[in-house]
Amino acid sequence: MKQFLQSLLLIEICKGMWLTLKYMFVKPRVTINYPHEKGPLSPRFRGEHVLRRYPNGEERCIACKLCEAVCPAQAIVIEAEPREDGSRRTTRYDIDMTKCIYCGLCEEACPVDAIVEGPNFEFATETRDELFYDKERLLANGDRWEAQIARNLETEAKYK
Amino acid sequence: MPKLKINGMLIEVEKGTSVLQAAEMLGVEIPRFCYHDKLSVPANCRMCLVELKNAPKPVASCAIEAGEGMDITTNSEMIQKARKGVMEMMLINHPLDCPICDQGGECDLQDQSYGYGFDRSRYQETKRAVKDKDIGPLIKTVMTRCIQCTRCIRFGEEIAGTADLGLLNRGEDVEIGTFVEKAVSSELSGNMIDICPVGALTSKPYAFTARPWELKKTETIDVHDAVGSNIRVDTKGGEVMRILPRLHEGVNEEWISDKTRFAYDGLKKNRLDVPYVRSKTTGKLEKAKWSEALTSVAEAMRATSPDKIAAFSGDLADVDSVVALKDLMISLGSPHIECRTDGMRIDPSTRAGYIFNSGIAGIEEADSLLLIGTNPKMEAALVNARIRKTWLNKRLPISLIGEPVDLPYPYEHLGTTAQDIEKYTVKDSQKPMIIVGDQIFSRTDALALHAVCRDLAEKIGCIQDDWNGFNVLHRHAGRVGALDVGFVSAAPIKTEEMDVVYLLNSDEENIINNCNKNAFVIYQGHHGDLGAHRADVILPAATYTEKNALYVNTEGRVQMTRQAVFPVGEAKEDWKIIRALSEELGKTLPYNSLLALRARITEEWAHFAEIDVCPQEEWGQFGVTGVLLKSGFKNTIDHYYMTNVICRASKTMRACVDKFYPKKTKTKIKKAA
Repeated sequence: MKQFLQSLLLIEICKGMWLTLKYMFVKPRVTINYPHEKGPLSPRFRGEHVLRRYPNGEERCIACKLCEAVCPAQAIVIEAEPREDGSRRTTRYDIDMTKCIYCGLCEEACPVDAIVEGPNFEFATETRDELFYDKERLLANGDRWEAQIARNLETEAKYK
Repeated sequence: MPKLKINGMLIEVEKGTSVLQAAEMLGVEIPRFCYHDKLSVPANCRMCLVELKNAPKPVASCAIEAGEGMDITTNSEMIQKARKGVMEMMLINHPLDCPICDQGGECDLQDQSYGYGFDRSRYQETKRAVKDKDIGPLIKTVMTRCIQCTRCIRFGEEIAGTADLGLLNRGEDVEIGTFVEKAVSSELSGNMIDICPVGALTSKPYAFTARPWELKKTETIDVHDAVGSNIRVDTKGGEVMRILPRLHEGVNEEWISDKTRFAYDGLKKNRLDVPYVRSKTTGKLEKAKWSEALTSVAEAMRATSPDKIAAFSGDLADVDSVVALKDLMISLGSPHIECRTDGMRIDPSTRAGYIFNSGIAGIEEADSLLLIGTNPKMEAALVNARIRKTWLNKRLPISLIGEPVDLPYPYEHLGTTAQDIEKYTVKDSQKPMIIVGDQIFSRTDALALHAVCRDLAEKIGCIQDDWNGFNVLHRHAGRVGALDVGFVSAAPIKTEEMDVVYLLNSDEENIINNCNKNAFVIYQGHHGDLGAHRADVILPAATYTEKNALYVNTEGRVQMTRQAVFPVGEAKEDWKIIRALSEELGKTLPYNSLLALRARITEEWAHFAEIDVCPQEEWGQFGVTGVLLKSGFKNTIDHYYMTNVICRASKTMRACVDKFYPKKTKTKIKKAA
C-alpha cells in the first residue's frame, strides 16, 4: 500500500528533482581546476620511477639487480661493471615505462632505497621512445623529486 | 662393511666412508662448508653436526667414520639448535653485503642461512674487518667475507701443489693470506673461486658483470688444450659471461684450468665478423659479401692445378669441418692435406700410437710413470693434477726425460736427450705408464723416437691384456680428431711450392712463413691473427662456443661442443662454409645438414658415433726405426697463457702473462725427493 502511494504520488522523483534544484543554488566543489590545482596524493603513491642519490651526491644504486629480477613485467634492464674505484655500479639502468605495471616491487626489493616510484604521475609523452628511460633520466628524476620522496619514505618507514 | 642407521634408515657402506658420505648415499642432506669430496677433511666449520646415539655431544659427520651399529639422527631438535648456533657464529663477522657480492644467488652461506639463520642479529659489538689481499689478475678477494673453511688452502696444497695460501694468526684474528704478498701462481687457481663457499674469492674478470639467475647455461666442452674438459658456458644476451667446470670423473673431475676458465674474453675481441677479400688494386683486405669471397676462392682454386692446392687444419679445427675439407680436397683431386701444422711428425697409422691409451683416469691406476719430452703442467694442467693426485695417494716413482721443469711432485730427471730413454728401468711395477709429449714429435727424428718409445713401452710391460700404459699427450684439441679422420699426407707438403693454400683455423707461423709470396691464401677462422694477416680471402667462422661440433681429446674420447651463442656478425659454422664453397666450385658435397654430415663421418669412422666413450685401441706397429739425434728435447710452450688465437686475443690472459712472466726467467728445477 505504502509502495503504491509512493509511486502514485511520484515522491521518489520529487525527491530527486529537489536535490537537483538545490544544486542550482548551493555549489559544493566537486571538480578541481587541474592542472593548476592538484588533488591530494598518498605518500605511498606509485608514480614515475626515480633513482636516488646519497646527500653527498653518490648514486645509491649498487647494481645488485634485485629489481631486475623481481620485476614481473621485465621492464628493467641493468648492466654493471666495476667503476674505477672498484665499487659495484651500473653502466646501464633502463626502465621501459611502457612495460611497467607500477606494482612497486622494484622499490620493495631495493636494499638501498635507490629505485623509488615517486609522486610524479605527469609524464605523458608524445612519442613512445621518450618512455624508454635510461639511467641519466632516472637520476635526473631523482634529483628533481628527492625532497618529497625523502619525506614520504620517512613517514612510511615505520610501516615497512 | 659397517652397517649403520641414519634417521632410522639402515645402510651398509664401505669401510672408511664418513657418516656424511653415508647420509648422502641415502639422500639425507647435511649442510657443510669446509667439507669437499675432493679435498681432505679438516672438520673446522662444524656445520655438519649430527647426533650420535650415546655420544655426549653432537659430532661432526664429515670427520667421523661410519662404524658398525651407529645410530645417527640428522634432524633432531638438538641438531637444529646446534646448527643454528654454528650459523650465528659464522654470521657474526660476515658482512651483510650480499647485494654487492658476486657470490649472491649461488652462495652456500646464503642458501644455508635460509635454513639455519636467525632473521636478525644479536651481536652488538663491532664486526671485524680483514684487509683484502692482492693475489693476482684472476682472483678477486674480499677477505672480510671469509669464514675460514680453508678449502682454498687445501686446494692449493693438495690439488694444485702450490702452497701459496695459508692460515695466519689465531682466534679472532685468523685470516687467509699469502704470507708475503704475491699472486697465486697455479694453472688451476681459478678453481678456488668455485670451491669458496662464500664470496671471499670471486672471479676478477667476471666481477659485477652478471648474476647467476640471468645466465643461460650451456653444457659443452673446452678446446684450449687436448684434455677436452667438460665445461658449462654461461651466457647473457648472446655474450659469454663466464665458463665453469662440469663434473666428469674421467676427464677433468671438477676442475678446469685457468686458460679454459678465463680466456673467454678473447671470444669477443679481434673477431672476424665479415668476409674479406684482398683488393687487387690496393693490396689491402677489404670487406666483401659472402658470395664475392666464395667466388674469388673458387676462381683461384679452379685456375690452379690440384697438386698445387694444399689444405691445413689447425689447433682448433673440429672434426666436422676437417672431414668436409678432406672430402672437398679429394673431390678436387689434391692429395695435400695436413693437420700436423706445428711440424709434429707423429705416425698416424695405428690409433694406439697417438692417443692417451690408459685414459686420464687411468693415471690413478699406474704405479710408475715416465714422462718423455712433455711438460704436463703447461700442456695439460688437468693431467698434471691427476698425476699429482696419484703421487699423493701412492707416491709412485716418476721420472722425466726432457728439459727439467717445475712440477708439483718430485721426479727423477734422467736426462734431456733421446739417448737417455734407454736408461730407464722400473722395478716391480704392475702397471707402468709412459707419457710421451709433443716435444719428441716436433723433431726431425720423431718417427724414430716414436718407435723407441713404443719399444720401451713393450720392454717395461706397459702393454698388457687389460692395461695399456703407452700414452701420448697432445696439446691441441683439433689434433686427434684430424688424425682419426686421416687429414694427413704421407710425405711432408712443400708449402712453398703451393699456389693455393687453405688454412682451416690454422695460425701456425711455420706454415704461413713458408707460403710462397704469390700463393693465394684462404684463411677460414674466427680471429684476426697470423693466418688472417697473410690471407687473400678471409672466411669468418664460429668459435667453439658458437657451433655444435665434434672434438676428440687426447684420450681418443669423442666429445661434442654445443652452441651457446650465435656466431658474431656474418660468421658461419665451419662445415657450412666448406659446403658452400664446394657448391661454388661445382663439386657439391653430399650433405645438407649436420646430421647428414655426421652420418657420413660415422659411416667411415664408426667410433665417432659413440660420444664420450674412452676407447680401447688395439696395439700395433708404429714409428720407424732410425737414427736418433744427439740434441736435447726443447720445451714447446713458453707461455702457458698464450697458446692459441683465443688466448692471444684475451686481455685476461695478457694480464696473466704480464704478472707471471714479467721477464722470461728460467724455471726452477725441482730435485728428486
